Amino acid sequence: MDSATSERTPLSSTADNGLKIVIVGGFGVGKTTLVRSVSEIRPLNTEETMTRAGESVDDVAQIHTKTSTTVAFDFGRITLDAHNVLYLFGAPGQERFWFLWDRLFSGTLGAVVLVDTRRLADSWYAIDRLEHHGMPFIVACNDFGGPAHTEQEIREALDLADHVPLVECDARDRSSSKYVLITLVTHLQRLQAQARSLRETRA
Amino acid sequence: MSPASHRDESPDRLYTLTGGRTRSAPDAPFDLVTLVVAESEAAPGMQSEHAAILRMCRRPTAVVEVAAELALPIGIVRILLSDLLDTGRISARHPRASAHSLPDPDILEQVLVGLRNL
Repeated sequence: MDSATSERTPLSSTADNGLKIVIVGGFGVGKTTLVRSVSEIRPLNTEETMTRAGESVDDVAQIHTKTSTTVAFDFGRITLDAHNVLYLFGAPGQERFWFLWDRLFSGTLGAVVLVDTRRLADSWYAIDRLEHHGMPFIVACNDFGGPAHTEQEIREALDLADHVPLVECDARDRSSSKYVLITLVTHLQRLQAQARSLRETRA
Repeated sequence: MSPASHRDESPDRLYTLTGGRTRSAPDAPFDLVTLVVAESEAAPGMQSEHAAILRMCRRPTAVVEVAAELALPIGIVRILLSDLLDTGRISARHPRASAHSLPDPDILEQVLVGLRNL
């Protein structure tokens, strides 16, 4: 991984609110590519260590034992305005990663499940886990030039609920990746409006 | 220094970095995106990681960026930051987003405006 030491772009001194969006997907699906296409810094890599029991520990003594494992993830950054800074995390969808979800990604606005239509089954586990965590998400199909599928075919293959947005994208393209993020935030606004009207109905 | 470099390191070094402590204080919950700001300059004799954090955080810097730059696991960085917070050498700007409900409507609107302006 490249060192960013020599080219760190500092945030504005007024920045005071960090926000998170997580891009989840299998190996090689284009998570880092998507992060890179919209990030103002070159994507950086970091990691967390956890025990097999699933508890992420700061217990460095555990690193001695074979019960610990390491999950690495990439991230990029978008300065939204004088106060808000959005961090985009590209995270692997495999099983061991989800033990860390609550510790690392609580408070995340929402998630994008990035899928390769040639390997849709790779996304089942991530979608299941997001639903389990109650994390709002959308699905974005990264275009690898495979055979075209109709939206209905993809929805059925993913067993995706009708209300979950499904979009196509080219993760290499900045405006396409930007559209994916805007779709997620618009979805979050819609969920929020629904929750609000539900509360008002009950009141 | 790259994240890969410390993976090959002896865990003993990580243990030494934190003075043998294994957990950060529960009352100092550094989120991945908590923005850290130095409140003092690095001083001679200071632990080198502490000094590096103070230099890095002259402008607000997220915990995850500190970890990436120091090439240390998040958990270790949280302990180092707790030390600095306890001694008043840094301040922490925690995220305003709530952990267990949908985010504030105003925040979502600000995110949307920011993204559209990209």
